[in-house]
Amino acid sequence: MYKLRLIPDNTSIPFMKGRITGLAMSAFLSVISVILFFYPGLNYGIDFKGGIVIEARMAQPADFPALRTLIGNLNLGHSALQEFGGPTDVLIRLERQGNEDSAAQVAADKVRSALTQAYPGTEIRRVEAVGASVSEGLFRDGMLAMGLALVAMLIYIWFRFEWQFGIGAIATLVLDVTKTIGFYVVTDIQFNLVAIAAILTVMGFSVNDKVVVYDRVRENLRKYKTLPLRELIDKSINETLNRTVNTSLTVFLSTLPLALFGGEAVREFAIVLLFGIVLATSSSVFIAAPILLFLGENRLRRGQPAEQAAAQRP
Amino acid sequence: MMYFAPWKVALIGLVCLASVIFSIPSFFPAATVASWPNWLPKRQISLGLDLRGGAHLLLEVDTSVVLRERLESVVEGARNELRQARIGYTNLGVSGSNSVLVRLREPSQTEQARQLLAKLGIGVQSGTAALGLGSSQTDLQITTTPDGQIRMTLSEAALAERARNAVTQSIEIVRRRIDQTGVAEPTIQRQGDSRILVQLPGVGDPQRIKNIIGTTAKLTFRMVDTNADPNAPAPPGSEILEGETRGERYVVKRKVEVAGDNLVDAQPGYDQRSGQPIISFRFDTTGGRRFAEITQQAVGLPFAIVLDNKVLSAPVIREPILGGSGQISGNYTVTQAHDLAVLLRAGALPAPLKVVEERTVGPDLGEDSIRAGLISIAVAAVLVVIYMVLAYGLFGLFADVALLINLVMTLAAMSLLQATLTLPGIAGLLLTLGMSVDANVLINERIREEVKLGKSPMAAMSAGFSRAFSTIFDANVTTLIKMALLYSLGSGSVKGFAVTISIGILTSMFTATVLVRLMMVTWLRQRRPTLLPV
Repeated sequence: MYKLRLIPDNTSIPFMKGRITGLAMSAFLSVISVILFFYPGLNYGIDFKGGIVIEARMAQPADFPALRTLIGNLNLGHSALQEFGGPTDVLIRLERQGNEDSAAQVAADKVRSALTQAYPGTEIRRVEAVGASVSEGLFRDGMLAMGLALVAMLIYIWFRFEWQFGIGAIATLVLDVTKTIGFYVVTDIQFNLVAIAAILTVMGFSVNDKVVVYDRVRENLRKYKTLPLRELIDKSINETLNRTVNTSLTVFLSTLPLALFGGEAVREFAIVLLFGIVLATSSSVFIAAPILLFLGENRLRRGQPAEQAAAQRP
Repeated sequence: MMYFAPWKVALIGLVCLASVIFSIPSFFPAATVASWPNWLPKRQISLGLDLRGGAHLLLEVDTSVVLRERLESVVEGARNELRQARIGYTNLGVSGSNSVLVRLREPSQTEQARQLLAKLGIGVQSGTAALGLGSSQTDLQITTTPDGQIRMTLSEAALAERARNAVTQSIEIVRRRIDQTGVAEPTIQRQGDSRILVQLPGVGDPQRIKNIIGTTAKLTFRMVDTNADPNAPAPPGSEILEGETRGERYVVKRKVEVAGDNLVDAQPGYDQRSGQPIISFRFDTTGGRRFAEITQQAVGLPFAIVLDNKVLSAPVIREPILGGSGQISGNYTVTQAHDLAVLLRAGALPAPLKVVEERTVGPDLGEDSIRAGLISIAVAAVLVVIYMVLAYGLFGLFADVALLINLVMTLAAMSLLQATLTLPGIAGLLLTLGMSVDANVLINERIREEVKLGKSPMAAMSAGFSRAFSTIFDANVTTLIKMALLYSLGSGSVKGFAVTISIGILTSMFTATVLVRLMMVTWLRQRRPTLLPV
């Protein structure tokens, strides 16, 4: 029976040759991402900034200039209107309405009644109005979740591997997360609660991929006591290349339909996940492993007696 | 590792069968399931508001009002006590955020005044008294200065207790009010210190419910101050209130004669003469007696029915009302009269509520999302299934069977646990599809390697499973940790994502390792191949 092998068996690609380029490139992209985070900054959604989103389906194709005038006349501050999935579907965004929590409510009701009066037959499909203090709470919790997730991963990998591996994994994770945030800025995708879920999921992909490669490095450290670290890491990456690519590919294939058919509301979420899958896979090969090489052979091999007491790993 | 006792095989089969059976109700409409005989499982997966349509409202109780009211009642009480005892005072009023200040004209009367004012304190529950309220055992702490100044301070613990009670009471009243509107399966729960989360499935436009919830509905019956001019500043002990129609102003005494607490019933009805919608109400015994007294004393004078600082009507008392019931008339529509009766029956909120977050999804959008989600899941399943067969042949097929069982098992577990499936939750289901076969990718790759090292099929498989297991375990534990964080810190639909992935990951630990291993071992024993098809 024919077997699809995307990566031929027994590859021996000298990945470590590109370690400087890989790391430099990654660091460069992450620095750019951090700069982008400050300027122009993330496009925060109403979850984190407060404000109003209303999705409406008009009876006829939407007349945007007229709609803009209608909403503009309500004097509710800056508003943005866009087509959402089809010519009759409109998405209206209004900025945060002052510091009073209930102001968002009042404004949402105004838009709702203005729309249904001016265009009878309009179906209000979704209304989200988030008050100022609520959004501040959500933002705090969201950031806390991300921070705690990073710490939890550090602790877990620390327990699971030796500290050298922990540093490698966390450094890679930080590089991955910053780039994902950069991706949000570049694509102008709304950064909201779902974005936190997306970033945590991308962190999950990243750590899982690293575990596969690191497990093999450690196994080979025991198996080939004299092999130079550089060759040993190359060998480990090549040996696990197929599983790294295949595990990522299955998740990629299962997420792709979400981006294609999942509807407007989850499309952006799916796109970020797809980006994250590619990012996490490449960073396992080009970033996480080279970092180990920089930490040095002596340090890695020294922890061995303790390690052998631990169970055998794949 | 590679041997399964018959009872284990039976157990695994049973678990899979049970999952299929318990997931079945979720594939049928609720009405169909309801008509099934009782011995069949009927629990369906519960859909989040973003999929079934409905309104999610986050309300905030304005507890500062409770504090202010208490301070004002202390001022009012102090005024009465000092007047009755004929103690001269100046500058009586609220001072700062939590105390009331008064200066006596005659400092020698300080001790007498102190004892009188101490009666204004309200006893606090022993639980909070233990927190160090001192010997007084009331919520007021009174301090005096030699020059005749008296400060009455509300204690922090008593205030906190008061605020907490206000929220608890509000939840109860919101529940009563919503029950009266006929919304099916509402969820009403406390969130944080002073917030209430209300979820109303199937409510596409929550405007009316927001109005009903947002009204404090504090009803009072007070006398109208007929000596005062509505266009001049109100004399002490009275206040100017607006009427129902614009520009209408009344001077109303602050003293409450009868309050809404004394109502036992309120019903919408029609006025027998004019046919206008009205609300008729009935007092309890205390309220009825009090109402009879006032109406006897004040025949010919107007009294005001005040709802939330607005005068609903100010009729003149024509004759004593002794039966303990009455009616409120105004220019009401039938719906308004009905809603007002609901509010009066359910009782007043101890503090105003405001909506600080609203998320409403219309039922059509929910249906569209479900449809889009189902298409995505179907396409994703097909893609992954085909890829696994292409990449790993028969062993890929085993993984595919496990994958489908896992999907069914996730649905069954969610139905049994009454977990909520949300739109992000559907994304979670898709991700689980991909992540659950990851385990099989790791196992199969390991088996390939072991085969290449020259191990026998059985030994290679055994090694493949045992060595891949810790990697699989690590991957799943890290994911579970993150989802637990997301669940505890996220809100609403994002929680659904965390729940779905967590359940999917846990069930995949069973399907991707145990179930697949059973399939492989059974195949191996029957075929006895010399070469593994990986």
